Amino acid sequence: MQQEPIISVKNVDVFYGNHHVIKNVSLDIFPNEVVALIGPSGCGKSTFLRLLNRMNDFIESFRMNGQIYIENKNIYTRHVQVEKLRKNVGMVFQKPNPFPKSVYENVVYGLRIQGIKDKKYMDGIVESMLQRVGLWNEVKDKLHQSALALSGGQQQRLCIARTLAVEPSIVLMDEPTSSLDPISTATIEELIFELKQHYTIVIVTHNMQQARRVSNKTAFFYMGELIEYDDTINLFTNPKVDLTHKYITGKFG
Amino acid sequence: MIPVTSKFKNNRLKDKIFRWYGFLCTLTGVILLFIFLYSILAEGLDRLNFQFFTSLPSRKPSDAGILVALIGTLWIMILTTIIVVPIGLASAIYLEEYGKKNKFAAFIEINISNLAGVPSIIYGLLALEIFVRIMGLGRSLLSGALTLSLLILPIVIVATREALKSVPNSIREASYALGATKWETMWNAVLPSAAGGIFTGIILAISRAIGETAPLVVIGAMLYITTIPTHPLDDFSVLPVQIYNWLSRPQKGFIENATAAIIVLLGITFLMNSVAIYLRNKWQSKVKW
Repeated sequence: MQQEPIISVKNVDVFYGNHHVIKNVSLDIFPNEVVALIGPSGCGKSTFLRLLNRMNDFIESFRMNGQIYIENKNIYTRHVQVEKLRKNVGMVFQKPNPFPKSVYENVVYGLRIQGIKDKKYMDGIVESMLQRVGLWNEVKDKLHQSALALSGGQQQRLCIARTLAVEPSIVLMDEPTSSLDPISTATIEELIFELKQHYTIVIVTHNMQQARRVSNKTAFFYMGELIEYDDTINLFTNPKVDLTHKYITGKFG
Repeated sequence: MIPVTSKFKNNRLKDKIFRWYGFLCTLTGVILLFIFLYSILAEGLDRLNFQFFTSLPSRKPSDAGILVALIGTLWIMILTTIIVVPIGLASAIYLEEYGKKNKFAAFIEINISNLAGVPSIIYGLLALEIFVRIMGLGRSLLSGALTLSLLILPIVIVATREALKSVPNSIREASYALGATKWETMWNAVLPSAAGGIFTGIILAISRAIGETAPLVVIGAMLYITTIPTHPLDDFSVLPVQIYNWLSRPQKGFIENATAAIIVLLGITFLMNSVAIYLRNKWQSKVKW
């Protein structure tokens, strides 16, 4: 059964000024997949991730050619409402970045932006989202305390809950565990595993074990090019390109 | 083998000398402040009674009070805050978050810093021409507040920009990634995070404003006035002008009045600065990045 891809990237080039950072990349991502983007630092994987919710727009020298379709709509046209796109394509960052507000206010931030005021509805969202990220039991008694008092791992799960609260269909994760300890990392990885029932996830990671553990498909980037994109199991056990083989066996990187 | 050790010894000695020198330098400021406070308190404290706070100016030192000046100062504080906060915040937000970072922005930035260093009497002259004469506001509270707003606007802008700069970009990104516009991001995420620094800056600027004498004398704050201002267009006096007036009188009683008024003015300034420090500490403990 061949589904429609939820994300379809066609011949994309990205420049920062004269710097060519993404070179003619095309790839399709299907619903409820977890796709890992791997590659050495500076290979363009984070830039690529940020293309998908147009976070690169903030960089002044940013230019792009090619098309990116999300749910069959080209997201780089004038008519696209970027805010709506970002609501549908959530993002979790490298370092946990909760707002200096209460746990509760962090989760409902996106809802308040949309003008939702119904307290009961928000209470429900807070509970269900914190349940979904496995944080509810830990924080249910401190919903109105500052989110900054939580541990790093808890903060990152809170950030995921905050992202999920606006009901995205795609979640982008930019090295979400790189600043966390191994136990918190394991918790987040399990969470990613559960989340793929509801969401399509694209995750940038430096950690190849992590890519292997959480993803169905892996894309290997090198110097702005997409070198290989395949089922994770194939890519790691039987890479078709020599460069991929060298990278995953630690010959460079 | 000896030279190495002796060099070390030498450095230790330098370290010790500097330590003591630095300590003494620090002490100079503190000691002078205490001498100043002591002499003022010794002379003026007795004069601080109920009558002093509730009386109008008078020719007799013992009948005179600071009521008019105190109320003038309160008026000026409130009006200046109302004028300076919206203009200062909007300018700072525009410069920091909206304006492009190009040469023109750098030029504006340097000039705002320069404005903060312009002697206050120059602002008085500017205000005399613009507010008092061209705009026809006269020697009113409003003229005074506008003058002082002009004077502290650069301070407020610089402080607000610093506070905005200290909000990490990750907070803005988090907000944008949830579908917020720039405006929503500013209001809901950035300004609340920067509020501590902004309030501190505003309070310190206002406390500077209420101590200013020169520009207000230039625009014609009253040296002698016996009616309490009830309207922004009324004539007015303020504490520092009242102090200046009393100090220029020959009678000893007026000098005593002046020192008592200085205590009141210092009290207000210290209070405001304490609030600023309190706010800053409170915010710092709340917001750890």
